Amino acid sequence: MMHFLLLFSRQGKLRLQKWFTPVPEREKKKIVRDMTTMVLGRKPRSCNFLHWKDLKIVYKKYASLYFCCGLDAEENELLALEVLHRYVELLDKYFGNVCELDIIFNFEKAYFILDEFLLGGEVQETSKQVLSRSIEASDMLQETMEEYMSKPAF
Amino acid sequence: MRGLAVFISDIRNCKSKEAEIKRINKELANIRSKFKGDKALDGYSKKKYVCKLLFIFLLGHDIDFGHMEAVNLLSSNKYTEKQIGYLFISVLVNSNSDLISLINNAIKNDLSSRNPTFMNLALHCIANVGSREMAEAFAAEVPRILVAGDTMDSVKQSAALCLLRLNTTSPDLVPMGEWTARVVHLLNDQHLGVVTAATSLITTLAQKSPEDFKTSVSLAVARLSRIVSSASTDLQDYTYYFVAAPWLSVKLLRLLQCYPPPEDGAIRGRLTECLETILNKAQEPPKSKKVQHSNAKNAVLFEAISLIIHHDSEPTLLVRACNQLGQFLQHRETNLRYLALESMCTLASSEFSHEAVKTHIETVINALKSERDVSVRQRAVDLLYAMCDRSNAKQIVAEMLSYLETADYSIREEIVLKVAILAEKYAVDYTWYVDTILNLIRFAGDYVSDEVWYRVIQIVINRDEVQGYAAKTVFEALQAPACHENLVKVGGYILGEFGNLIAGDSRSSPLIQFDLLHSKFHLCSVPTRALLLSAYIKFINLFPEVKGTIQEVLRSDSQLRNADVELQQRAVEYLRLSCIASTDILATVLEEMPPFPERESSILAKLKKKKGPGNLHPDLDENRKERSVNGGTVAASPTPSTDLLGLGSTIATQNSAPPVSKGTSLLVDVFSENIIPDMRCLPLAPFPSRFVCKNNGVLYENQLLQIGLKSEFRQNLGRMYVFFGNKTSTQFMNFAASVFILCIPADPTVDGGAQLQQILNIECVSDFVDAPVLNIQFRYGGTLQNIAVKLPITLNKFFQPTEMTSQDFFQRWKQLGAPQQEVQKIFKAKNSMDTEVTKAKIMGFGAALLDGVDPNPSNFVGAGVIHTKTTQVGCLLRLEPNTQAQMYRLTLRTSRDTVSQRLCDLLSEQF
Repeated sequence: MMHFLLLFSRQGKLRLQKWFTPVPEREKKKIVRDMTTMVLGRKPRSCNFLHWKDLKIVYKKYASLYFCCGLDAEENELLALEVLHRYVELLDKYFGNVCELDIIFNFEKAYFILDEFLLGGEVQETSKQVLSRSIEASDMLQETMEEYMSKPAF
Repeated sequence: MRGLAVFISDIRNCKSKEAEIKRINKELANIRSKFKGDKALDGYSKKKYVCKLLFIFLLGHDIDFGHMEAVNLLSSNKYTEKQIGYLFISVLVNSNSDLISLINNAIKNDLSSRNPTFMNLALHCIANVGSREMAEAFAAEVPRILVAGDTMDSVKQSAALCLLRLNTTSPDLVPMGEWTARVVHLLNDQHLGVVTAATSLITTLAQKSPEDFKTSVSLAVARLSRIVSSASTDLQDYTYYFVAAPWLSVKLLRLLQCYPPPEDGAIRGRLTECLETILNKAQEPPKSKKVQHSNAKNAVLFEAISLIIHHDSEPTLLVRACNQLGQFLQHRETNLRYLALESMCTLASSEFSHEAVKTHIETVINALKSERDVSVRQRAVDLLYAMCDRSNAKQIVAEMLSYLETADYSIREEIVLKVAILAEKYAVDYTWYVDTILNLIRFAGDYVSDEVWYRVIQIVINRDEVQGYAAKTVFEALQAPACHENLVKVGGYILGEFGNLIAGDSRSSPLIQFDLLHSKFHLCSVPTRALLLSAYIKFINLFPEVKGTIQEVLRSDSQLRNADVELQQRAVEYLRLSCIASTDILATVLEEMPPFPERESSILAKLKKKKGPGNLHPDLDENRKERSVNGGTVAASPTPSTDLLGLGSTIATQNSAPPVSKGTSLLVDVFSENIIPDMRCLPLAPFPSRFVCKNNGVLYENQLLQIGLKSEFRQNLGRMYVFFGNKTSTQFMNFAASVFILCIPADPTVDGGAQLQQILNIECVSDFVDAPVLNIQFRYGGTLQNIAVKLPITLNKFFQPTEMTSQDFFQRWKQLGAPQQEVQKIFKAKNSMDTEVTKAKIMGFGAALLDGVDPNPSNFVGAGVIHTKTTQVGCLLRLEPNTQAQMYRLTLRTSRDTVSQRLCDLLSEQF
């Protein structure tokens, strides 16, 4: 399973953090620090995999953002790269050419989209169509529900 | 949420950390006052503030309030508020146990809402928080949802992974039960998303109790075989960059790694075929140049190789796997080189492929020297370690030692441990071993842990043939002007034991040995000094000629009055011992150390503790053993699995199929208490309104005549049986009944006490308001009787109920948003506001009653289609009772305004 997923900028600013196992706050900060220094310190064209403690770290840079996740030792690194890619595709589809700012200003959406895709650190659904449909549906639900519920009480 | 966006921009515009903190504190004060204020916050504001708090928390600041408001949002009617509430909870509430019971309550409501969106939110929350209290509350419920026949696919997926999570955090709370057999059959599900999620769950559970999930092997092989042999377009959207269902394939291959090779020959053959196909595909030209294609394809390939290695039983496959990895070792993609090195590590431990792996030694050594990326070099070290045996140990150890001089600091300790282990394991002559360890200390003394130098001393003491050489070598090594403290330790110990073996040489006479050691004394830490003091007393025994010199050293203030108690004690005791004990006693006390008992190398234990990846096969084997032990003790699971599944699916069809006869088979007979009004005097009797929701009953009754009805409707057609009952004892004459102008031929006489039956066929041509009228004429005792009643044929009779998910419902609700399409009515309740009665009425009305769509559980939502000859009209309805005011609000949305109006009028009369 995946233990965590972090999105951070080249400057090491954390943009999204998802923890799939309970981690104390202090430990989270330490992990984030370790990950940012480790990953940002990598030379270009290095491989995308690292070992850290007993976890496999898989990361990939998309434009100015680094996507970085920690996996159990028996997980498949290449597929984890594609998990990251699929998440980027989903963000891209939702925001239309996603950029760092989209994620900053709509962080809750980025979390919701991630929740549709991964659950408990495992891939829940891999079909982009199914995923986009349910993301759209929940968005639609959101708008319609507001309208649906907005009639004053009688 | 504009306020949130403004706040985020403010934060981004802050020039300094201080400014940011100031802005945040201002916002926190604002939110706190809003939460504490007298005015109750509306849901939107609550959501906005909770979202701001979340943002602040994610920036790295502590949040110590707002949890309660977030919990309140969970029970909100509005989807967005609920969603934000859940997000806050899953990010911030890990251990805040005083809120858990409230949260659990909200989750419980959403789980039982039957609304898939809400159920998913709740399941996600359980998985995200995963606390023990939650596991206790839902460990029984989640499996039930997972295997229930009518659970939506998306909910099944969430439930499967949620259960997996609970099983990891609190395995004792997730007992195996009758659901386990059904879970295995999810591998056969139509929906690949469900299969993917289920496979993850089964893999975890199978590790825990393999025997219970043994049947999954054949299912997994079958599924895998279908995927592997499918054309890339077969699986539609589950094909990822021309690779068929890579995620599912990998998970199935991982599941199979929980078991030994299948015993059944057919299954085993099919699996081998799959693995061969995957290996073959690796040789095919890529279908796309995109890295996603090659990643997904190779992900499956690597997982297949893992399975081949795990089974470790098919030599041909193992060698093919090794050749494939050999190709990757030289691939231009760094990632593939890295993974090939990693994967080969496990391959090296198989007796079938060990030799094949060894042929790649030059490539691996080259990788160690030339890879630019440290993590790749580290994998090369691992692989060299794994492929090392007696034949190549010297070469590998030499390469690793020379790499050590320039190795990255982060991996030096691990390399040192590995070199030390290999040198010991494959040492033919122990002089090589001693040299190697001393080189280790020389090149990377800081990284040589205590275990390593303990071990070299143990070995030297246990092996006579190497003692002289060891003494000579450490003596030479100590000559270096700057040598590592670890070398001083080894040197002190070995010379103290075996210095006599080289004392014959004048260049290493006792005094020279002592002076050499003592020259390092002042540079060393306390433990090393203590060790040296022991070496000195041993020297007194070995070389009586230096006794005086050493006693003098021991007697000096810096020793006898040393601030460190240990050093002081040793100096005092050793000095006294050397003064009073006779030579014999000294010789006995300070005799050469006895051999150490042979046991597992402490270095190996240390390496295991470090969990060097991919090179600890002993661990793997232990796991396998444990598994089979588990498998042996757990009783075989009961096998009525297929029956259970069969039962489940019949339930499903019953639930999903629309009831054929509407309103006739309701459990609650809601109309039985209504009193039939006597309508004799009315020229045109309207039908009792209960017929709107009911198809059978007495339509009309007076002293003479009773008209009974039985009717059935299907789409735009209906058939009505009209029964005319003569209540008197005399005959009705000239009996005629007609609908509209159309005359219905009937038997002109109805005998006393007899009943006449007529059948009317009805077709709904278009939507209508007025009901057809039934005119009845007859003679009774000479008087002409004239009766006209409206037939209870109303528009809603042509309703076809439509079950739909809440997503679909709201999608259609939105589509029917034009003002004229909606009709709403607020009215006073005429009957008692009983939920069951209301439900029965809505179903009798003809609409499907949709459970769990409306966020407010006390509201009713229905959907259906009105069939006419020419068109079909989709209808949605919503009824909101207000028990306090004894009022209802009814809203209808249909694609045709007249239909909305008519249905609203009809239904509103019913409550």
